Amino acid sequence: MLAKTKIPMPRFFHKNGRALGSMGYFLLLMLVFFIGAPEVWSRPNLHQSVFVMMPTLIFMVIPLVFLVTSGEIDLSFASTYGLSAYVFALLIKAGIDPFFAFAAGVCTGALVGATVGAIIVFGRLSSLVASLGVLFLIRGFLFVSTNSRSITLLDIDEHWMYPMLVGKVYGLPVQVLWAGAFVIFAYYLFNRHVFGIHVHHVGDNEVSAAQMGINVKAVKIKAFMFVGIGAAIAGMFTTLITYTFFPTQGFGYLLLALAAVFIGGTPYWGGIGTVVGAIFGVGVIAYMEIGVVAVGMSGTWRQFFNGLIILLALLGHRLHGDRVR
Amino acid sequence: MRSIIELKNVSKRFAGIKALNDVSIKISAGEVVGLIGDNGAGKSTLIKTLVGVHAPDSGSIEIRGDHVEGWNALKARNAGIETVFQDKALCPQQSIVWNIFMGKELTFPFGFVRQKEQVKIANRLIREIGLTSELIDAEAPVGNLSGGERQGVAIARAIFNEAELIVLDEPTNNLSLNETQKVFDFVGNVKNSGRSVLFIGHNIYHVYDISDRFIILDRGEVIHRLNKQEVSSAEKLMKIMRDTIKGH
Repeated sequence: MLAKTKIPMPRFFHKNGRALGSMGYFLLLMLVFFIGAPEVWSRPNLHQSVFVMMPTLIFMVIPLVFLVTSGEIDLSFASTYGLSAYVFALLIKAGIDPFFAFAAGVCTGALVGATVGAIIVFGRLSSLVASLGVLFLIRGFLFVSTNSRSITLLDIDEHWMYPMLVGKVYGLPVQVLWAGAFVIFAYYLFNRHVFGIHVHHVGDNEVSAAQMGINVKAVKIKAFMFVGIGAAIAGMFTTLITYTFFPTQGFGYLLLALAAVFIGGTPYWGGIGTVVGAIFGVGVIAYMEIGVVAVGMSGTWRQFFNGLIILLALLGHRLHGDRVR
Repeated sequence: MRSIIELKNVSKRFAGIKALNDVSIKISAGEVVGLIGDNGAGKSTLIKTLVGVHAPDSGSIEIRGDHVEGWNALKARNAGIETVFQDKALCPQQSIVWNIFMGKELTFPFGFVRQKEQVKIANRLIREIGLTSELIDAEAPVGNLSGGERQGVAIARAIFNEAELIVLDEPTNNLSLNETQKVFDFVGNVKNSGRSVLFIGHNIYHVYDISDRFIILDRGEVIHRLNKQEVSSAEKLMKIMRDTIKGH
């Protein structure tokens, strides 16, 4: 009698092909940078600066994996990022305890996400176009209400929450640990929780999901809400790290975060996605930001290489197959 | 016989066109009802209204004698009505097990899914039905399966939920003879276990063989209700259908 293999290797590769592909791009990029500038690349402070940036991106990118898997997209997260940080900074300036200000910021993100989702779902609007509108709407509001001025929170590091959220443990930024916990939570939510499974179903075949009694609209609104919460956390972490809220905050992350989702192996068509792959996608983007300069090239090459790697990643992921119908 | 579901004077319009007009049907426990009609007769609309996918514009729905409000797909499934849709209602990029438990996942507290248990049950169900190759296991994506195998997954979903009424919408379309026989065996088993089936089909011979009584639909209206004793053969059933549709 043939012994039954518990997890046949081809099945493992089939199930995790996209995440493994993203890991491949990440390792390849690291190798190229290492060969290009071995001395610079071996310096720990270079990696430490990436560890400061990566958690912020992770908080934004992982919820976007959920949303893209559900068959939608959101561009407004880059402004929600700024709005939540603004609410956070404003409340602290008004004398509210930073802990409650942080909670209010998270609620702002959730509320904006849910509102954007509801407008798109009930209005039957294109999520790409509608969220683009919200992106400008909120950003415009921020410019008007702040008069394009930033808010500085110089004493924020005296509060107990500061070292807990963005302090350092043995030289490692604490936000890396928070991002790690967020990834583990999101992984199980995506792959082992009813919500994550319904996100897959809705993105794969909305009609079938509805026929099986899944509340498609509610699932999509929750996914938008999750994106809003992730963006809010990222925005407030940035404000804590820099001690400042500035009205353009988050705008630069718009395309980088979306690039990380797709480099990470989540296809645009919905139904499948990978949280693990997205982490490597974030890694690629974060290292690209500093790697180009580190190997001695001008910073002006950064966008060129970002574009190149997005195209190469898409072509690579295509090897894993087209959409199955 | 005890009623499972009763639609009373149900009407449904799409963009001003009447898809169902004052339709009343009742399905009781332990019977196999054949629903027949030409293309555009309103069969699919009637099925989708019966299983909660469409909300009726007017009329009422009773489950086991009790009037229900806000009828929807989830309420229908919770009331013990499962459907094998014509398009099979599957998500091809997802695994067989996720498709079988779609919308009715087995969960721990806080909504986390009992995946191992689901896989075990799904493997047993697909073997029971026998439409899927022995080489396929429940964690394989549905997109890799043939049409007959996909039908097997859709049927497995209906079996798992131990529905009291199973609605089969054109279940033998594009199936081989062997696969069709397996669907017939399945219907027989459901009936023997005291449950009911609403069988919709284009093939009058299939519908005749399997059903205890027939409902003929034309242009959104019920034009005939016949018991099997009243119709001696599939040819006679076809003649009745043709004659009445012509004169209607």
